[in-house]
This record gives sequence, structure tokens and C-alpha cells, in this order.
Amino acid sequence: MKMNGARILLECLKLEGVETVFGYPGGTVINLYDELFSFKAIRHILPRHEQAGVHAADGYARATGKVGVAIATSGPGATNTITGIATAYMDSIPLVIITGQVPTALIGNDAFQEVDIIGITRPCTKHNFLVKDVKDLATIVKKAFYIARSGRPGPVLIDLPKDVQIATTEFSYPESVDIRGYKPTVEGHPRQIEKAVSMILASRKPLIYVGGGVVLANGAEELTDLARKLGVPVTTTLMGLGSFPENDPLSVGLLGMHGTYCANMAVTNCDLLVAVGARFDDRVTGKIATFAPHAKIIHVDVDPTSIKKNVRVDLPIVGDVKGVLSRMLKVAAEQSAKVKAFAKDLAPWRGEIEAWRVKHPLGYKSSTSVIKPQLVIQKLRELSDPDAIVATDVGQHQMWTAQFFQFNKPRTLLSSGGLGTMGYGLPAAMGAQAAFPKRQVMVICGDGGFQMNMQEIATLVQNRLPVKIVILNNNFLGMVRQWQELFFDKRYSQTCMELPIDFVKLAEAFGAKGLRATKPAEVESVIKEGFKIPGPVIMEFKIAREEKVLPMVPAGASLNEMVLNA
Amino acid sequence: MLHTITVLVENEFGVLSRVAGLFSGRGFNIDSLSVAPTNEETLSRMTIVTRGDDQILEQITKQLNKLIDVIKVIDFTDGSAIEREMALIKVTAEDVSRAEVLRIVDIFRAKIIDVTPKSYTIEATGAPAKIDAILELLRPLGLKELVRTGPVAIGRGAKGWKG
Repeated sequence: MKMNGARILLECLKLEGVETVFGYPGGTVINLYDELFSFKAIRHILPRHEQAGVHAADGYARATGKVGVAIATSGPGATNTITGIATAYMDSIPLVIITGQVPTALIGNDAFQEVDIIGITRPCTKHNFLVKDVKDLATIVKKAFYIARSGRPGPVLIDLPKDVQIATTEFSYPESVDIRGYKPTVEGHPRQIEKAVSMILASRKPLIYVGGGVVLANGAEELTDLARKLGVPVTTTLMGLGSFPENDPLSVGLLGMHGTYCANMAVTNCDLLVAVGARFDDRVTGKIATFAPHAKIIHVDVDPTSIKKNVRVDLPIVGDVKGVLSRMLKVAAEQSAKVKAFAKDLAPWRGEIEAWRVKHPLGYKSSTSVIKPQLVIQKLRELSDPDAIVATDVGQHQMWTAQFFQFNKPRTLLSSGGLGTMGYGLPAAMGAQAAFPKRQVMVICGDGGFQMNMQEIATLVQNRLPVKIVILNNNFLGMVRQWQELFFDKRYSQTCMELPIDFVKLAEAFGAKGLRATKPAEVESVIKEGFKIPGPVIMEFKIAREEKVLPMVPAGASLNEMVLNA
Repeated sequence: MLHTITVLVENEFGVLSRVAGLFSGRGFNIDSLSVAPTNEETLSRMTIVTRGDDQILEQITKQLNKLIDVIKVIDFTDGSAIEREMALIKVTAEDVSRAEVLRIVDIFRAKIIDVTPKSYTIEATGAPAKIDAILELLRPLGLKELVRTGPVAIGRGAKGWKG
């Protein structure tokens, strides 16, 4: 059937199983939006800023595991997507972003609302395409989705000029695509996998270090199974949280800059580190030279460039994490007697870790006069559904959430790890709620990051997305303030948000509900009431203004040089 | 250490910027880069001369392979390839030096491709070291202008690779 480019794009999205897109109309996508007007198979959500649209698609993708889709017009619409795209790129989130472009004849002429978005997004997309001929469109969309979701996932941008949306051609959607320059290694090398199991069984102090790759590969079940069978303790990165239940006795919690004492001590003292879907980020390793100094390192990752990028690796395994883990389980099952004995022999090592946990557990000084942020996080866990989805912004509240919320299921934490994007949380929660209208979705944010995308309350109200917005308000850009306190002599340069905003009234102005707690005794009732209200709610907690995130490994220090109380 | 890397890529617009951007974005060095279509018109071949230790070279090849438009990457540094480079050299040639320039050109089997009463323009081809050598001899006579292609490389032996 003959169709125009705009219609072809929509048909392709439908065939890819896309149900919801987040987009913002404009001059060069007006034809696309005209087709969308009568195209009922796809639900379109209009954010109030293109950046939020991409973050929403990102939150949708993280929560569901599907490819998120966002649309923006050319020029400023396209440039507004950049932060969202870079956020997804750093955390390997599968997205397809469609931008309008000026007609092909005008490209390069500095036309109205023209920008070289292909050039701009080259370093922050997995790949991008400029569609110059409507005949190529269907194949390009197929390729874009394939590239976005396969291998190490990531965002792919399609730049679609206005005249290509108007031009017509016969539509047929390819069943599959073959890209000769793109053949990700999915299957881990069987001999390497056997070797890995032997190395684990030969170790005395092994530790599994889990990153976001386990979540992305849907490998949480296999990982949990393997760790439990082997009796090996597990530490997770921010991105890996949820892939191993934190209420399991084998969980040692978060590692790295704000990791637990026992996790960082375990890394420093282990004799074998099994990294799974993690990339040895500087926030995780601290000083590289003293990272896991006594350990042999096994590194499982689907992306070969991650291996040996930052640390030496003794045994690399390139492949899909889920497949590699299930193969390891099989190899372990073949020698179950040995595995059982091994797990038993690890008791002293687990005891050593337990002793570190008892020595310096995660904690805070409680107060009856002022609300401690950690208390709010703990109460949120206690009073929310077990499968609740939590988005965070970036900063202190993000670390408190990572430390105190306790994540037991994958895809329940949505957080910008790699790029550290303030303003991410609210729109990401919006995307997750759009995917799961019945599940409890909340965003935990600070007063700073919240203000970066607070216009999205309008989108929540308009689309009946009952996201619960938790603001831990200290009237500070808290994380930077903490650094200024510890390393810059308390010179709080530009970190005090002096204007006291009435967030309750703000919520009401948008047609949402607002609640506020100023005393510890009010925390529980506000959370309970907030969760009970059917629509979007702001719950503002006036917290201890100069509370710090601890422990903390100062930038550039070794993991065992933690500041525990300051 | 210098490495000569050959990269087979899709012959499409924007591929050069992807490769060049990868080098600049990750702080890798490019000493020279040459690119042109191959015998198969959908493919282009780049020859890149870069430097770095083993760990950096491993990253460079892995990162290049990660680009969707890159089909194949070979690091030719182990001596398994022949390298050739061309230089066009404009050199001062007056009075006595005219004969000297001609002698050097003859020794290096180069060619004079343009002549004026005051200059010769020379075309020289060879391994990069040979180009360096002829330049060293010509420099004292007065180098007016120099353009080098950067080396291209091809594997030794009967086997060819197209990708």
C-alpha cells in the first residue's frame, strides 16, 4: 500500500510494538502529527519540554525493558532532547528518538529551526540516521529498533526531514535486518565460562560485583540463583540495585563513593572479584591503583570496550549477561557436591564481612525535632507496595534512596547513574507510570532537581498519571553543599536556594494535591495520606538542612579510606 | 609506538566524522588518515596512523569496531603489510641547486611534475621513512611547500580481504 513517510513511520512503530510515545509538535513534524491525529494504535503523551519527553521515554524503557520512543521537532526541539539522550546513552537505555528536520533541499542552508542534530548527537547516541529518501524509511526504523535494543542497548536517533514525511512510497516492513558492521557477541565463550566457575571454586574470598547490565539483560533471577548456590556475597552499583534482593543475607549493599563500609571493605579484601554487567566507573572504584588490590578479576560484559578500559582483567567474558549466568549455573550444577562444599567453606569470609557490617552499619542520628531524610526514605519503603517503582533525581536524596530504600526487585529503581542528570526523576517517573498505570510510582527528589523539570506536573495532571512526588527539601543544592562543607571550608558558593517556594500551593496551581511535613511526627501520616490520594501528589518534607551522605570516599581516595562520621 | 590501522567502513556520508569524532572524543591521537572508496563501491577504506601503548591500541580497535558503520579493523603494525605514501614537494631550484635537486630525485626514483625557472615540484612515493629521507635531503635546498597523503597499507601475500 502506498503511504506518506509520516504514516509509514507510525505503521513501523506499531509493528515494533510501541504503544506509548512522548512527543512535542512543531513545524517540521506537523505532517507526522497530522497523521497521528487519526492513528489510534499509539498513545501520545505531550510533555511540557522535550527534555522531559526523552526522560519519560527513558523511564518507560527502564521500567518495562522495552524501547522508549520520543518525538521532537527540528532545531530547538531537537537540541532540547540532548540531555535526555546523553542520560540514556551513559546508562545504556534503549530509546528511539525521532526528530523533524528541515526539507532536504534546505539542509545546510541555516534554514529556520535547522540544526545539525546528526552531528550534535553523534557522540551521545549508539547510532543515528538521517533519512534522505522515503524508500529507506521503513528499513531505517527497523534498524534503529534493532540497534537500540540489541547488544549493549542505547539511544538511536532518526532525523526525518519534512519532505520525506510528505513523500509517498509503497510500504513494506522488513522482517529482519542484517547490518554487516554490527554483529554483537551474544554468546559467551563456553571455555571461558567453565574457567570462570573453576576460578570461583578455587577462591577463598570471592565477591560478585553487579552493575546495570544485569538489569538490562533481565538476568537478575540467574544472578540471584548463582550467588545463592555458591554462597558468594554480592555488592551492587547504583545501576545494579534491584538485581539482587537487598534483604538477602548475601547482599552487602552499594559499593563505591557512598557505598557501605562492608561493601568497600569486601572489595578491598576479596581475592576474586566477579564483575557482571558493570563498567568500573570512577565513582565505584575510587583510586584505581588500590582498587581490589588482592583480587583476580573476572569481567562479564556484552560490550567488549568495557573490558580492560579501566582495570586489568584476568578473565574476560564477552556476551549477554543472562546467557552467561545461566551457563555458569549449568556448569556449577554439574559439580554440585563441590559447589556445596565450596559454599560451606566460605563461612569465614562471610563472617568477616558480617563483622564489618556490625562494626559500621549504615545509619544516621535520629531526631525528634527535625526530619532526617533517611527516616523519610525508610518510611517510604515501609509504607509503599513491594513492587513500587521509585525514580530519583540526582544528589543527596539519590544516595539516601540507594542506601536506605532497600531494592529487592529489578526495574524498580530509575536513576541517572552515568550522566547524573538533575531534573531526570519527575519525567522518568511519569514515563514509568504511563507504562504501569496501576502500579505505585514515586519520584524522590531534592528541591533543586525538582525545579529543573517541575513543569511536568501539568503532564501528570492532564494525563491522569498519579505519580507521588517526594521532595526532600533542605533549601540547598545538598550534594555540592556537602562537598563545600568537607573540602572547601564551608564556603557555600551558590548552593543555597534562598527563595522558600510553597510547593503545596504549586501543586494546587497545577491541579494536583500538595502535602507538607515539617516535624518527624508528621512523616508517616503525610506519606500515608499521599499514597491514598488517587492523583498526583507533592509530598514535601522539610529536612535537616545540613545532613550529609555518609560514608563517603573522597574523590581520588581508595575505597577503604571512607569518611564515616564528619 | 606508531600503529597503522586499516578500517573498512560503509561508503556513506558522515562515516568519516564518526571515526574522526571517536578519536577526538576519546583523546586518541591521529598522525594521519587517508580514505577512499574500494573496489566494492559500497565500501570505503581508511588507513589511520595512530600511537599509544597496547592498552590504548586495544581500546582504539575495540571502539572502532563498536561503530555501526565499521565493518572490519586490522592493526597492521606487526610488519604484515606494505605501506606507501605519496608526497608532493615544491622546492627552490636555482643555479647550482637545480642539478642537486635532480640528483636527489633520481636517487629516490621520484618525478619532477612541474618546473619553473625558480622551482621544481616533485612527486615522491614510498614507505613513510623514504619520504622522510628525501625531505631531509631537500630541506637545506629550500622547501617551499609540502603535502603528504599519509600512508595507505595493504597486507602481504596472495590473500585479499574485502570485508
